[in-house]
This record gives sequence, C-alpha cells and structure tokens, in this order.
Amino acid sequence: MDWVNVALQGVLLGGLFALFATGLALVFGVMRLVNLAHGDLGILAAFVALFLLDSFDIGVFWASLAAVVIMFGIGYVLQRGLLNFTIGTDDTRPILVTFGLSIIIQNGLVMWFSADSQGLDAGRLENASVRLTDQLAVGWYPLIVFVIAVVVIAALQLFLNRTTLGRAFRATSDDQEAAELMGINNRHIYGLAMAIALAIVALAGILLAVRTTFDPSQGPFRLIFAFEAVIMGGMGSIWGTLIGGIVLGVSQTLGAQAFGAGWGIFVGHVVFLTVLAFKPSGFFAKTVTA
Amino acid sequence: MSILELKDVDVFYGDFQALFSVSFTVQEGQTFAFIGANGGGKSTLLRTLAGLLKPHSGEVLFQGEPINDVPAHSRVGMGIALVPEGRRVFPSLTVNENLLIGAYGGRKGEWNVESVLELFPLLQPLMKRQASSLSGGEQQALAIGRALMSNPHLLLLDEVSLGLAPVVIKRIYEAMGHLVQKGTTILVVEQDVQHVLTVADHVACFLEGRISLEGKPGDLSSEQITAAYFGM
Amino acid sequence: MTPPAETPQATAVPAFRVARSARMHRYVLVAFVAVVVALATVPLWAETATTRTLVTFFTLLALAQMWNLLGGYAGLISVGQQAYVGIGAYGVWLIGDVLGIHPFVSVLLAGVLAALIALPIGPLIFRLKGGYFAIGTWVVAEVVRLVVANIQATGGGSGKTIMSAARLPMETRVPGTYYLALAVAVGSILLVYFLLRSRVGLALTAIRDNDLAAQSSGVNVFRAKLLVYVVAAFGCGAMGAVVAMNLLRIQPTAAFSINWTAYAIFIVVIGGFGTIEGPLIGSVIYFALLQTLSQYGTSYMLLLGVIAVIMAAKAPRGIWGFVEKRWDIHLFPVRRELLLESPPPEERKPADRPDAAATETA
Repeated sequence: MDWVNVALQGVLLGGLFALFATGLALVFGVMRLVNLAHGDLGILAAFVALFLLDSFDIGVFWASLAAVVIMFGIGYVLQRGLLNFTIGTDDTRPILVTFGLSIIIQNGLVMWFSADSQGLDAGRLENASVRLTDQLAVGWYPLIVFVIAVVVIAALQLFLNRTTLGRAFRATSDDQEAAELMGINNRHIYGLAMAIALAIVALAGILLAVRTTFDPSQGPFRLIFAFEAVIMGGMGSIWGTLIGGIVLGVSQTLGAQAFGAGWGIFVGHVVFLTVLAFKPSGFFAKTVTA
Repeated sequence: MSILELKDVDVFYGDFQALFSVSFTVQEGQTFAFIGANGGGKSTLLRTLAGLLKPHSGEVLFQGEPINDVPAHSRVGMGIALVPEGRRVFPSLTVNENLLIGAYGGRKGEWNVESVLELFPLLQPLMKRQASSLSGGEQQALAIGRALMSNPHLLLLDEVSLGLAPVVIKRIYEAMGHLVQKGTTILVVEQDVQHVLTVADHVACFLEGRISLEGKPGDLSSEQITAAYFGM
Repeated sequence: MTPPAETPQATAVPAFRVARSARMHRYVLVAFVAVVVALATVPLWAETATTRTLVTFFTLLALAQMWNLLGGYAGLISVGQQAYVGIGAYGVWLIGDVLGIHPFVSVLLAGVLAALIALPIGPLIFRLKGGYFAIGTWVVAEVVRLVVANIQATGGGSGKTIMSAARLPMETRVPGTYYLALAVAVGSILLVYFLLRSRVGLALTAIRDNDLAAQSSGVNVFRAKLLVYVVAAFGCGAMGAVVAMNLLRIQPTAAFSINWTAYAIFIVVIGGFGTIEGPLIGSVIYFALLQTLSQYGTSYMLLLGVIAVIMAAKAPRGIWGFVEKRWDIHLFPVRRELLLESPPPEERKPADRPDAAATETA
C-alpha cells in the first residue's frame, strides 16, 4: 500500500509539473519559441507574490492573484518589446536571448531577495490531508493543486477550441503568414500567448512556493521538468502535458521510494530519456500544434 | 473611379529586384488579369498589394489613399483580401473554422458562412473535416471562400487554377463570374492565359519584373500576347 | 513562383573556382605563432598567481571555442556543455587517482572519456531540435551531475581532492598545468580551424544555412553533427580536466554548473557568433571584465546577462561580426569564396596565395 500511496503522490505532483509545462507548450505551439527563462519566470512570480504579501496587508490569495496579473502584463511587454524581434530570424537568437533572460532573472532575484530559501504561507491547508481508505491518504493541498492544473488545462483547451481568439492562435500556429492575410496581427497574438503562458507559469510558481520552500536558483529545474513533461506528452498537445507531467511525477516519487531521496529526480530523467529513445514523439503525438 | 493605383513600384527580395517601376490603375468593378511566365513577378505583385512585401520605392494607392506603410493584417480591414498561391488553408482547423477565421477582420457585408456555402456547395458536407484532409480543388474553394468571408472590395487571386482538374477550374471561374456580378473588383494572376482571358476585362503581361503589355483582351492579338509572354 | 531562385539573365555561366582566400593569412600565422611562443615563456618569469590566472583564461577560451563550434557552426545550441566539463574534471580524478596514470596524461584521456560518453548521447538528443535540443543537453548534464553527486565512490556532494596532482611538486605542477592549459586553448583553435577547412566544414556551412536542403543535396547531416558534438565534448572534457588540475579539488555543483555554459555563451555572443576570432575577442573582453568586476558577484552576472541579451537580440554577429562587415577582415581563412577566373592581374600572382594548395577548383 505504501507504493500505491507514493504513486498517488506522484500523480498529484504531476499536476504541478503540467502546470509549469502548459505555458512552455503554448508558446512553442503558437510561435515555435522555446523560452529557456520559463522556469525562472515562474519562480519570479513567487517572489512577486512574496513581495506583495510583505509590502501590503492583502493576504496570500490576493497577493497571488495580483502576481498572476502582473506576470500576464510582463509576458505581453516582454514578447512585444524584446522577443518578437528575435522571431523569424535564425533559430539561435531566441534561445540565446531567453537563456540570457534566465541568467538575469536568477541573479536579479539573488540581488533583491538574497539566495536564501523563502516560503509562502497558506496556513492550515498545507498540511491537512484527506483519508481515502484505511491506508491511503492524500494531502488536501496537492489534491487542490492537481485539480487547479486540470481546470487550467481544460480552460486553455476550451479557449483554443471555442473562441475567436483561440482560433486565431491556432491559425497563427499553422501558418503565420496566412494568418496575417486573415487580418490577424501576429505580433499581438504572440504577445497574448506569452502573457497567458506567464500567467499560468506564475500560478504554478506560486503553488510550488506554498508547497515547499523556494529560492532564485530553482528556475532551471522547473524548466527541465516542464520540458520533460512537454516532450513525453507529445509536443503540441496541451492535454499531453498533463500525462507527461503525471508520468514524470510518478517516476520521481517511485524512484525516490525505491532508491532513496537523492535518486528520485534522476529516475525521472532516465524515464524521460527512455521515452525520447523509444517514443520520441511522445504519448500524444499530434502533427498539429497548440 | 480607380480602386487601386500603382506608381513606379520597385520591390526587392533582399538584393534581388523582383519588380521594376510597375505602374497601373485598376477601376472599381474591373476584373484585371496578370499573365506571364513563372518568375515574372506576378506573385510578388500580389504579395506586395496584400502587404506581405514592402515596396522599396514608388507608391501604392488604395481608394486614393497611400498604403505603403499599412501592414498586411490591417489591409484586410480596409477590404483587400489575397487568396495566396498554394491555397494555404489552415491544416489543423476544420473547414468551418477556416471560414470563420476569414471573418476575423470583422468587416460587414453580404458574405457569411451561408452565402459562401451557396457559392461553393461542395464545402457543405465537409464543414467538420480538418482542412488538411481536403482535396486540392476543395482546398482552393475553401481558400477563396475564406477570403470572401472578409467581405473584400478588392480580391487578389494567385494562381487559383494551378494543379486542379479542368472541371474544378471551370467551377472556380464560374464562381468568379458571380463575384464580378456582385461588383467585387478582382485581380487575378495566372500562367494559363486561355481561361483568364474569358473572364478578364483588362490584361497586363509581366516579363522579368516589368509590365510588357497591357490592354483589353479584345484589343490584343495572340501574337502580341505570345511576344509579351516570352519576351520574343 | 519564387523570383529569388532564378538568374535574371540567362547568360553563359562564367568560369569560376572555389577558394579559401585570405590575404593576411601569412601574417596572421606568424603573429599567432609569435603569441603562442611568447605565452609559452610565461612560467619562466611570471609569478604563480599570474600563471594560474592565465590558466583560467585559457580554459575559458577553449570552452568558448568548443561552444561556438557547436552553436556557431553546427547550429546546435547547447546549454549542457557543463556535462563534459564535469566529466573531464572527474575524469582526471578517475584516471589519475583511481587508475594511477600520470595526471598530465590523464588530462588528454579525460577528454577522450568525455568524447566516448558523448558518442551515444548525441544520437539520442539529436531527436530534439532547436530550443528543445538546448534543454535536452541540460537534462544530460543534470543526469551526470546527479549520478556523481549521489554515489559514494566519487565523494558525493562534497567531492574529491585530486591526490595524484596534489602530490606533484609545485615546480612541476604549476608550469605543467599552465602548458596543458595553453595546449588546450591553442588546440581548441586549431581543432576548429582544421575541422572547418575539411569537408566537414563545408557540410557544416550547408547545415547552418539550411538543414533540410543540405540533407537533400547529399550532405550527411547526422554524421557531421555527431562529429562536431563529440569533438566539442572532447574539448570541453580536456578543458574541465585542466580546471580540475588547477583547482586540485572537484565538487559536483561547481564541476557541472550551468555557469560554464553561461560563460561560453557570453563570450561567444559578445565576441561574435560563428567565427574563430569572435571567441578570442570575447574571451579577452570577458576576462578583463572578470578581473575588474568579479568582486561584485551577482551584479556582475546580471550585467553580463543584460549585455548578452542586447547583443543576441540586436547584434547577433557580435563585435567580430561588426569588424568583418565594416572592414572585411578575416584572420582565419576558413571561408570559401567563389572567385571568377580572369581577375585583375595582380590578384593572380601565386605569391599572393600562400594557401593555393587549399584551392579547390569547381
């Protein structure tokens, strides 16, 4: 029963991974941009929430909401003010620019907040758990995070499938020049895509920050996990990221259970590399993105 | 009145000059055809009119207004629509979604999903299919329908008959006839001279980036056209 | 209808030949040799602190050359070269301390070890493209780091001291490490130079311009990329080995730090992408900044990040790219040019073409 419990924790953890991965997949789908600062931006959001919480007496919920909104704005400005200039040039420039951004964010956060671990306190919720059977129990908080992840992913998929703007996202993803001929301003669409991606990763970063401690150096790890979830899920499939996230989460928790705490992440990487070797298109391969 | 006027337009791809001092005027309601061999500059011209390429020098006037600096996506709202070469339907979107995205610019007019389906009834049973699964002719009908959804004043058609079966070409040219009756101004680019001369009321021939011949189809002899086409 | 693909006039194709030309080639060669010889005398007169500082410079130069070979020439942007830097560092320990081979020899062998490990990894991560390839290289580096940090034999998180090197007398170890570092730096430049002048160089140019087109015109893209990836791993491994020799202490967090890649990217982006000269200039600039500003720590890294982002977004060819464009100078003749036959007479003097042997006729 221990193993089932551990696997269950892994599934729930996968929800958080998927939430980090969603924005990465969205941005890649719409504009073929791989944002190497994606994880750092999630951590930045946690620090923004922390800063708001410390500066104003507004409580965790409103501070987090404000941080998500701020990150939405930062995403739009970042895309239109910087990243749009690197798109459609050669493939290397967006990678270099976003890598540089990652370094800037990490060191900027160290300067501002120090390299120490921080925590976001959400009160009793963090430790309360719900008992499923005599031997099975899951924490309320991981369960809530998982549900939030599923809801966000479902909402994003609905937005993409059912709204005019979502259609414009998919059209741009298919053929950006033809989209331009439909009256779609790609630069604006790219800006919105990045804004949505950063709002979601902000939520992920904040949920992570409540769950554990966080520090400025964690962004790259979040990026790597998100990336593994995206590739395993099948590039371009939003629901796939949830499956990829769950596979990664279960691999990590089971790995840690089997080989000791230090090996959990390692086992996650190995499972990822195995999937890359034998099923490089992922579990939910779609030819079409976003 | 003139809907479109070009004055000494030069267009480059990088260092390569594709159009040399191109000038012409299109009247409202006209069907204006551009013919010429591959590489003559016809597609370049349409891409420039749609805003995908910027003239290096010269002026493009639409309804009397200079539009050199208007980006492609804003031209749709002004009433210019291009059916690009190779159709370029959105493969992952359904036929219905492809049509709806055509109306993204939000221009009001008589074209909507119903009227497009009236023009191209063959699309009716395909509405829920992904555009990538359509045949070439179906995709071409979709591409034209999608462009019409933006209710254009000026419709630019680039090689709409390329690679299609003769029956389909016939159907598309019939549809073009309907559009003309409704008063849409059409600029059509073709390599195939025969078909286009049946619908066009004005023809210009492109050779190596320059207009080598221009006039009404009835006034031009086939020798003149051959000479302008091949540069002999 | 694709106008750019056509020749506007159908005139006869003029006679031409393909040449790698460089007027200054000989002078550059002389200068290069002179600089290397001058640097070789440093341990004879300089203080230990100076030689150790120069060792750091040489390792950064080698690292940047290797990263540029991958990113600038093969279009493979890696953010995981620290995998091979770390493997090289731990390789010195493994080969020197565990296998008992002389530490100076183990530097070379550590490079070979890195190359051997890269050989199966390359094909796996080549399945990823562009930015995802970049993150894939990072995953590989993390995997290696986690292995090294989690097993007892390598000293776990606290690392190891390289005893075989530490036991050497200082009069041998310091100059020895210096010459190894110099060899790795010069070797990295020569490696890139000769690789680019070989057939692989031509393949790389084709790949960088258009992967698909290169493939369809018969270039074995996969083999060329794998070769470059393995060579870069070798260079980074040897470089990491020298770093370990210089510090005498290895530790997983430092050896596998993403900062190695960050340094390389800064150097190449600032100096100039896709040239041999770029990393040279970039290393000098970076090193000068390091010597003057590194006490500011994080704000120094922040500044470098800002510079790199601006350069990558606005001037992706870097300082050397600007120089090349402005004055048309190429120090290292690795480019091929189409030369029309019947150039002005003075251009045809054989004396002007010391690299005539390298001239290929088409």
